[in-house]
Amino acid sequence: MSTDSITTRGEKKPAAKKKLFGGNVRQFGILFSLIAIIVLFQILTDGLTLSSGNLINLVSQYSYILILAIGMVMVIIAGHIDLSVGSVAAFAGIIVATSMAEWNFSWPMAIVLGLVVGVLIGAWQGMWVAYVGVPAFIVTLAGMLIFRGGNQLIGNANTVPVPEGFTIIGAGYLPEIGPDTGYNNLTLLLGIIVAVAIAVREWRARSVQKTMGSEMSPLWVSLLKVGLLDAVVIYATFLFAGGRVGTSFPVSGIILGVLVLLYSFVTRNTIIGRHVYAVGGNKLAAELSGVNSRRVNFLVMMNMSVLASLAGMIFVARAGASGPQDGLSWELDAIAAVFIGGAAVSGGIGTVIGSIVGGLVMAVLNNGLQLLGVGSDLVQIIKGLVLLVAVGVDVWNKRQGRPSLIGFMTRRRTPMAPAEAAPAVVPAAGTPSTVRPPDVPTN
Amino acid sequence: MSNAAESNQPVGQPAAHHVILEMRSITKEFPGVKALSDVSLTVNAGEIHAICGENGAGKSTLMKVLSGVYPYGSYSGDIIFQGAEVRFKDIRSSEEAGIAIIHQELALIPELSITENIFLGNEPTRWGAIDWVGAKRTALELLARVGLRDDPDTLIKNIGVGKQQLVEIAKALNKSVKVLILDEPTAALNESDSQHLLDLIRGLKGKGISSIMISHKLNEIEQVADSITIIRDGRAIETLDVQADGVNEDRIIRGMVGRSLESRFPDRTPNIGEVFFEVRDWTVQHPQVAERMVAKGSNLTVRRGEIVGIAGLMGAGRTELAMSVFGRSYGTFLSGQIFKDGKEIQLRNVSEAIDHGLAYVSEDRKALGLNLLDDIKRSVVAAKLSKISAGPVVNDSKEFAIAEEYRKNLRIKTPSVDVGVSTLSGGNQQKVVLAKWMFTDPDILILDEPTRGIDVGAKYEIYGIIQSLAAQGKGVILISSELPELLGLADRIYTIFEGAITDCIDGAVADPETLMKSMTSAKKKVQSR
Repeated sequence: MSTDSITTRGEKKPAAKKKLFGGNVRQFGILFSLIAIIVLFQILTDGLTLSSGNLINLVSQYSYILILAIGMVMVIIAGHIDLSVGSVAAFAGIIVATSMAEWNFSWPMAIVLGLVVGVLIGAWQGMWVAYVGVPAFIVTLAGMLIFRGGNQLIGNANTVPVPEGFTIIGAGYLPEIGPDTGYNNLTLLLGIIVAVAIAVREWRARSVQKTMGSEMSPLWVSLLKVGLLDAVVIYATFLFAGGRVGTSFPVSGIILGVLVLLYSFVTRNTIIGRHVYAVGGNKLAAELSGVNSRRVNFLVMMNMSVLASLAGMIFVARAGASGPQDGLSWELDAIAAVFIGGAAVSGGIGTVIGSIVGGLVMAVLNNGLQLLGVGSDLVQIIKGLVLLVAVGVDVWNKRQGRPSLIGFMTRRRTPMAPAEAAPAVVPAAGTPSTVRPPDVPTN
Repeated sequence: MSNAAESNQPVGQPAAHHVILEMRSITKEFPGVKALSDVSLTVNAGEIHAICGENGAGKSTLMKVLSGVYPYGSYSGDIIFQGAEVRFKDIRSSEEAGIAIIHQELALIPELSITENIFLGNEPTRWGAIDWVGAKRTALELLARVGLRDDPDTLIKNIGVGKQQLVEIAKALNKSVKVLILDEPTAALNESDSQHLLDLIRGLKGKGISSIMISHKLNEIEQVADSITIIRDGRAIETLDVQADGVNEDRIIRGMVGRSLESRFPDRTPNIGEVFFEVRDWTVQHPQVAERMVAKGSNLTVRRGEIVGIAGLMGAGRTELAMSVFGRSYGTFLSGQIFKDGKEIQLRNVSEAIDHGLAYVSEDRKALGLNLLDDIKRSVVAAKLSKISAGPVVNDSKEFAIAEEYRKNLRIKTPSVDVGVSTLSGGNQQKVVLAKWMFTDPDILILDEPTRGIDVGAKYEIYGIIQSLAAQGKGVILISSELPELLGLADRIYTIFEGAITDCIDGAVADPETLMKSMTSAKKKVQSR
């Protein structure tokens, strides 16, 4: 059996470095690019990039693009694209603003209304894509026109302001409570929770690996990994907590964080998440495995529009008003983030975390160049080149025969069940325990 | 068989004995499989040379070597064409030399006209622009030569398969072809179109054009071929002169299947129970061509613990039957019933089929069986995620444990179940697919070409798995192009020809010749037993 080769344990030594970064060269390449860009701008701007004010600004300014990227990566994994997100965001924004300004909606009711609008638009577009079979490119190109026009129709191409209460989701910060520590106490608390969660998660992963007897990374790798991540978290916590009085970690950043956790979980650990990858990876094989690909496509498109509505509302809240130019070319930023984050145009590959990192690359780049006073003309050129080079390197890597296992990092087995809940090896019914074929004949 | 002594004529001189083409000791290997070993072939000028062999014997591979699909350097051996050694680097270079191949799947563009297709890649120009007037005039001449009277402006999609085949030949003639390779030219044609095509090939022979024809239809070969080379297991077994050797169908079949079956299958004592799965009067229409039936009133029964073979040549409707039964995943269902455990069941889609205990292992592992982007453990559980999920949430630990269990039991050779299925060899990928379907707890497993493209050792292991599934009381439907495999494993063998079940033979008494006869002719219709 010449083609079957078993990698012996001895050959797996170099894997330690990979384990540290999650076994994914490509994605940790992007992560390093992000770190390199941050360091570069930190030096070029004389420390302005990693200042409290700038960091807080960065999060609240780009959270809505990152929210779009979460939905977009699922659309792209399933093998589609959504060009309408900017228009959908603007459409939802104007309806929400109008509902409060003219129809006397309270702001929580307006948010619900905005989400309902997202569901309806998503169902509309999903129907065309999944059940009529029109390519998503066309459906959402049409949607881009329809909902941009809808925004201007409802708002009479004017700007509609939103009340103070509503702005909290876009311009709000964690409030000041408790004793005066010189820092924002809630932000500190949040930082501690995140730092502890990182350590607990790693510890759990190790204990499950141990009970199942699967391959474990050395202890120092885990410790170093947790140490590095927690150092970053603590450093960032003090930056966010130590800003100008009245500012702290933005509410929109918290919404983003919750969504990232939620959708990482959905894409990795739920049946529907698996089905999205299956349909994007090989639609025919998925259908022959009993996956209802139409339903998957419908839900993915619908989800995207709901997130677009949410992003639109956050933007409106931050700007204090909804206008006819809201959300222009957001779709391009979101799509760029997803592809920089390692998704494949042909579908089946991509991760939520990767897309967030990709989005952060774009955000930091944008922000840094602005801090340096580079004109928007040059900023666009640079962003375009970064996108091209990032994907080009990926394609080139694949052609070199190095399999680009994008998504391995976040799609890695991260057991949800604690160790004791992990079942002993359950022999699946139908497993022939008697199959022990004798040695292969020489013939 | 052309031996080396005969073929030792000096290279570079005009060929004697009217030999136009000679392939010498061609060996072609794919990773893990030796597709051709030391095959030689001699074709005379103006002859029709048929190549016969079972599916997978290496016929198409040989023709792909000849036509440059597999470029010089990817095989070993020499090709001598018109007295000189040739080294084709792609299809274009072989076409320029005068060798044209007409594939089973036609390479025409449906949205273009006959003329445009004939001149595709070879457009006549005048002053830098395409000379459509001249092209059309030439096209008319070419169409006349192949006996096609359609307007050359007709779009390809608007003419039938038979005429498309003729357009392909016209396209080849335009390139002043000396040797025409036809891969299963009549497979998709009806009786009269086939006859027309065969007459045309004979006519071309009169004009000095040699044809190499691959066909499963032995009666046609007997009718038109001058000589026949038989290929078996990647070796040229013999070359027969139809006139001199008095060749008939039986003689060809003997050459195609003649091999011993010594101990290529694990021992097994069948333990067969009652009939528990039955397909009645199953009639299915082709998804595009309404008048074509891919299953014609087929009846099939499976007993507990039984391995039921389905034999048929490529395109006979084996896969179509299987997939249409498996939740109507192929074609348009017209009529028929499915019974399981005495009760009629409705299988309207794949998930219903899975819920009723059916499993289908596709013949096309890469296109239909696996998501090649996935890793092993995810692939194993993909067809029944609900089994390891609490509500919507997949339990990763269970998934890992189950994948490990199958890795051990099926001996999937991999360092870890975390690696991608694309890194596995064909045999191990197939084991993953089997694991995926075993995990769904099926009662009926339909295995479509389960050992295609797999090396001998892995085949043996997969045979063992199939037998153990039957031993557990499951019904196994085994579709295979390899007759020895069916004869070695199946308790009963149905034969299919052109969508209809033609015979049902007891595996113990079946022999290759009877099977091949039932597979190549509509002998009789079999009722379910």
